[in-house]
Amino acid sequence: MIADVASCLTVSFGLFFFLAGTVGLLRFPDVHSRLHALTKADNLGLGFIVIAAAFQAADVWTVFKLLAVWLFTVAAAATAAQLVARAALSACQTEEPNR
Amino acid sequence: MDSFFQGAALIVLLNVAASAIRIFIGPSRADRMMGAQLVGTGGVAILILLSLAGARPAVLDVALLLALLAAFAAVAFVKSVSPGGAGDPEEEA
Amino acid sequence: MNVSAAFDIVLCLLVLAVAGGAVLARDLFAGVALYIVFGLLLTVGWVRLEAVDVALVEAAIGAGLTSVILLGALPHSPAQSSFPLKIRPLALVSCLAVGAGLCWIVIGLAEPTSGLRPAVEAQLAHSGASNAVTAVLLNFRGYDTLLEVAVLLLALVGVWSSSRDDRWGGRPGPRQHVRPGGVLANFGRLIPPFGIVIGIYLVWVGTTAPGGAFQAATVLAAVWLLAMMAAITDPPRLASGALRWLVAAGPLLFILAGLFGLMEGAFLTYQPGTAKMMIVTVELALTVSIAATLALLVLGPARHGS
Repeated sequence: MIADVASCLTVSFGLFFFLAGTVGLLRFPDVHSRLHALTKADNLGLGFIVIAAAFQAADVWTVFKLLAVWLFTVAAAATAAQLVARAALSACQTEEPNR
Repeated sequence: MDSFFQGAALIVLLNVAASAIRIFIGPSRADRMMGAQLVGTGGVAILILLSLAGARPAVLDVALLLALLAAFAAVAFVKSVSPGGAGDPEEEA
Repeated sequence: MNVSAAFDIVLCLLVLAVAGGAVLARDLFAGVALYIVFGLLLTVGWVRLEAVDVALVEAAIGAGLTSVILLGALPHSPAQSSFPLKIRPLALVSCLAVGAGLCWIVIGLAEPTSGLRPAVEAQLAHSGASNAVTAVLLNFRGYDTLLEVAVLLLALVGVWSSSRDDRWGGRPGPRQHVRPGGVLANFGRLIPPFGIVIGIYLVWVGTTAPGGAFQAATVLAAVWLLAMMAAITDPPRLASGALRWLVAAGPLLFILAGLFGLMEGAFLTYQPGTAKMMIVTVELALTVSIAATLALLVLGPARHGS
């Protein structure tokens, strides 16, 4: 019962951060600020959802698996953020101006 | 509880739909790539929520796979915009 | 309307919208990005249809291999597609007719039957695998799988044959280079070990739960490609004997296991006692071969001599 309440709360937090990420992706003015919204907010959202799932987990292996899911995503986001930001930087200087 | 998790999955799906708009309007390739990246993270969240909703642990393996391969598209993207399709954007700095 | 139905309806609409966007997008890159999203949404769709085995393949192919192929093809393509195409009335009418016919057939289908499920479940205990999908793929319908693997092998031979004569047997793909110690190089070191572990896990779990050789192989192929993109390892020389044995090992062992069955009764039949051992051995060999084949298909023909 307590686990269910905790899950509800953390899922709600997670959804809030997903929403924030999406709003940021759609409303921020240029590539590099959109990158902030994307790589930080939605990974935080996923983290909360992972915590919610951990409250419901049947055994400790499931918790490890969930933790692995989150760590992979965070590593991927950090890498993607750095590389895409660099790629966008050279693109700004050479060809297309940002709107 | 199941329908709560399903509802949460639906909300994340709507977020995914909204970020697909960014892929469509761009304007730069990096923007479109970031939209696809958000859809990837959202997909992982949806799969976790669905595995909770149906109590199906095997779905978690799908989420694990998506998470592992999450940055592939981004790596392939930075390769494709680098000179000759074989470089690394950090090299020029 | 309950939440589950609402989720499915939104998912279907979104799949249709993204598919339409991928086809109609003027900017080719937008089309590719939307196609990657399409693969992700299909993964969720397969999960909703309770086909977790298929969802695993779609996740690995959609997120891993397809993005590498399509984005790798982009630098050689024009930035804008030639849309809107001139729509030919006859083609439009025939497409609409075929579509309407399909809808009519689907709507007119009788109540869904259980298909072959009872027959599979009756024999599952003797098949050596408790995951019905693995039992069908490697035991009941072993022929299909063997032929699929043969098709993959033939496709690879076809791709290799398109190498230029003076490059024959050389290394495929462009020469990758990265900043030493940079983010890309480190990411390429970080992920492959986990990918190998998850690949082995998927083969092992495949006999009892969703997973199996194809799923594991796509993961292994993807992480191998990542290691090559991060310049951790060079693409292999296509003339290498070891590589060719690697690609052929799975199909060869599969045929050998089939011939072993010939002694017992018929080609590709396993005795209930040894079935699990046979299936796991064949699956392991298939995993390695399919992984190498898929990665080499993505890399394409040889580009550098020697």
